[in-house]
Amino acid sequence: MNRRTKFNIKSKHLLIVAMILLVALVIVSFISPNKVSPVKTAVGNVISPMQRGINSVGRSIFERWEKVQNISDLMEENELLREQVNTLSYENKLLLQDKYELDRLRDLFELDEKYAQYPKVAARVIAADPNNWFTVFTIDKGTDDGISVDMNVMAGNGLVGIVEEVGSNWAKVRTIIDDQSNVSGMFIKTSDTCIVEGDLELMEQGVIRVEEINRDAKVEEGYEVVTSHISDKYLQGILIGYVKEITPDPNNLTKSAYLVPVVNFEHLEEVLIITEIKEKLDKPEEE
Amino acid sequence: MLRIVVIFIEIIISFLLQTTVFRWFKLAGTVPNMLLILTVAYGFLKGRKAGLFVGIASGLLVDFMYGDLIGITAIIYMVIGYANGYVGKIFNREDKIVPIVLTGFSQFAYFILYYTFNFLLRGRVNIFFYFMTIGLPEIVYTTLIAIIYYRIISFLDVKIDGILKKEA
Repeated sequence: MNRRTKFNIKSKHLLIVAMILLVALVIVSFISPNKVSPVKTAVGNVISPMQRGINSVGRSIFERWEKVQNISDLMEENELLREQVNTLSYENKLLLQDKYELDRLRDLFELDEKYAQYPKVAARVIAADPNNWFTVFTIDKGTDDGISVDMNVMAGNGLVGIVEEVGSNWAKVRTIIDDQSNVSGMFIKTSDTCIVEGDLELMEQGVIRVEEINRDAKVEEGYEVVTSHISDKYLQGILIGYVKEITPDPNNLTKSAYLVPVVNFEHLEEVLIITEIKEKLDKPEEE
Repeated sequence: MLRIVVIFIEIIISFLLQTTVFRWFKLAGTVPNMLLILTVAYGFLKGRKAGLFVGIASGLLVDFMYGDLIGITAIIYMVIGYANGYVGKIFNREDKIVPIVLTGFSQFAYFILYYTFNFLLRGRVNIFFYFMTIGLPEIVYTTLIAIIYYRIISFLDVKIDGILKKEA
């Protein structure tokens, strides 16, 4: 190692220099995030395929592990479920009849669930944020599949989050339960708006925060909250969850509450991305 | 050169394990911080400069993949790597127990720094809650994994030392 003797920098100085450079990097990325995003995209394009490969290995190990653990539970459950299937298939017939009726009535009122119409693409969750603080995950679809930033992400029939960054074959999704997440919501029954905010402190209880409900809003526990028409990123009418524990705020102008999301965020595997972006108003001062 | 390639591969593998495989094996909702174990190991085994560089590389990888502000995680990992290099001077670098304990302490430092930069500065002051739900499980899990992972890292390190000595 002759190289070492040639430039013999003291490690103390190295630390200081590196610190200054990194602080500069933080400032640059704070002031103009656009400057660093090409690098982020490039890194993502390299790492994401690897994550996809390894993730499938991890999942198969996990599944095998689960299988061994749950085999006796499953047998019991199986019997129960068989009974349930019988009763449910009977109920299902009754419900189907109701559904036909409902469809007819809907046609009459020309009401349709809004989100049923949006075009969707399915994707698989391949990796999660390495820190345990935020709930951001990576999916295996990107610009090649028509995904772009600000597209809404759903699972089942509920809102999961929003696409925050996108590469050619991957995209990063910030969930609504994330501590930095803010969604403009609306009570479907009363059309009162509110803000749905993720909060790490509440995550454990499986709820998120709802704020800025009008004092006069006649909302009750169990009301459905959907994305509102005034949100600039979220499409209207996607179910977020059900409200509970409504309390008036100290300022006596607004109320806040908790919200139980309809999506189960533990072990999210597959999500649907709505490939339609809410149209933005043209800003007068475009770059 | 060989060492740089090996370190690079180790960082990528640690990152991949942390983001994918361990996602399926969470302990109290947390994943072990593999990159931290790696940074601590190189700081302890190879000194301050090595800890510093491994820390920066690991941190930047995390920042570029998942960060909002690029460089914060890199600073945290860098400081931890450097500090462990310092501690490595005091202890025998062949010791097998000290680095495991150091990993625990480093994870605690990581928790404090990460909390300060990303939560305290946003006005989230309930540190006790965050420590109980994230900090503590993270420390326990990372330390447990470190017992195995540190052996692999130091084993590889000894092998590379041998190869480099032969060449010289």
